[in-house]
Amino acid sequence: MDGLRPIPLHSMSFRLTDHEGYDVDPETLIGHPSMVFFGFTFCPDVCPTTLSDISGWLDALGPEAQALNVVFITIDPERDTVEAMAEYVGYFHPAIRGWTGSVEQISRAAEEFRVRWEKIPTEGGDYTMNHTASVFLFNSAGRFVSAIDYHEPPEFAVPKIRRALQDKKEGTK
Amino acid sequence: MRKTPIMAKAAALLAFFAMTPIGANAGTSDIDVENAWSRASIGTARPGVAYMDIRNAGDDPVSLVGLRTDVSGMPEIHRTSTDGSGVSSMAPAGDVMIGPGEVVALEPGGLHAMLMRLQAPLREGDSFALQLLFSDGSEVTVMVPILGIAARGPNG
Repeated sequence: MDGLRPIPLHSMSFRLTDHEGYDVDPETLIGHPSMVFFGFTFCPDVCPTTLSDISGWLDALGPEAQALNVVFITIDPERDTVEAMAEYVGYFHPAIRGWTGSVEQISRAAEEFRVRWEKIPTEGGDYTMNHTASVFLFNSAGRFVSAIDYHEPPEFAVPKIRRALQDKKEGTK
Repeated sequence: MRKTPIMAKAAALLAFFAMTPIGANAGTSDIDVENAWSRASIGTARPGVAYMDIRNAGDDPVSLVGLRTDVSGMPEIHRTSTDGSGVSSMAPAGDVMIGPGEVVALEPGGLHAMLMRLQAPLREGDSFALQLLFSDGSEVTVMVPILGIAARGPNG
């Protein structure tokens, strides 16, 4: 992972809006274990696959997963409005929240999670986004525990989530 | 009711398609396509996608050079790749060479048919025809079933 990992949630200062219009910030996540990933809803390949994978992991965890915050942050706020996020996340596991904001707000969040993103123009005036596709796990104290790489098989992903769920310690790694 | 000639022709065509297996070869090359699937779209603003396994059962290499379908104004083969630091990117794949006896998988996170400028929403339960265009001039028509937006593979 290039040695890059998100800073602790309590050191972050981003402010965003969730898909129901509520203001959210790092405090929204602290107190429960969290799973956070970045993507965009105009992505036809990686993002639905990640959302489906996560839905499958949550199903595999069953009631254990109820304590978990699951957040999808868009890196394409120009197209992913609150309404677009609401429409999109509704097709996946009900625990998944969709967060968006202004370009400046998203830039700050991405920087704090150490997520790289880049807008790439395509033919016909469209664009696509390159972005870090890993899923970040934090314990309930807000410390980064581990990352799940894109499309990691469930037999690896689910135990990592379980570890974040059980990790009550203030400082790991 | 007596069939008019045009209806008889339509019935014959329907019978032909009914007997033709999915992925049937409309050209001369030995291409088999299996496990085709697509995801439902939300409206038409976002691009759609299609996945499948393409086997070259012939003795010569052949390249997939293009796509054609009524559902998309701009269908292209794209490739997603994820680098060592976890950054995913997507770009047109160019021609995709398939060696004799080889299978190229269009699958999540790799090669995929990117269906830009959707002409109509892709609805779960429907299917659409997708023509694969090959370097030897042959075309293969694949019927692609549309699964749910959260589908992970050809079986849902």
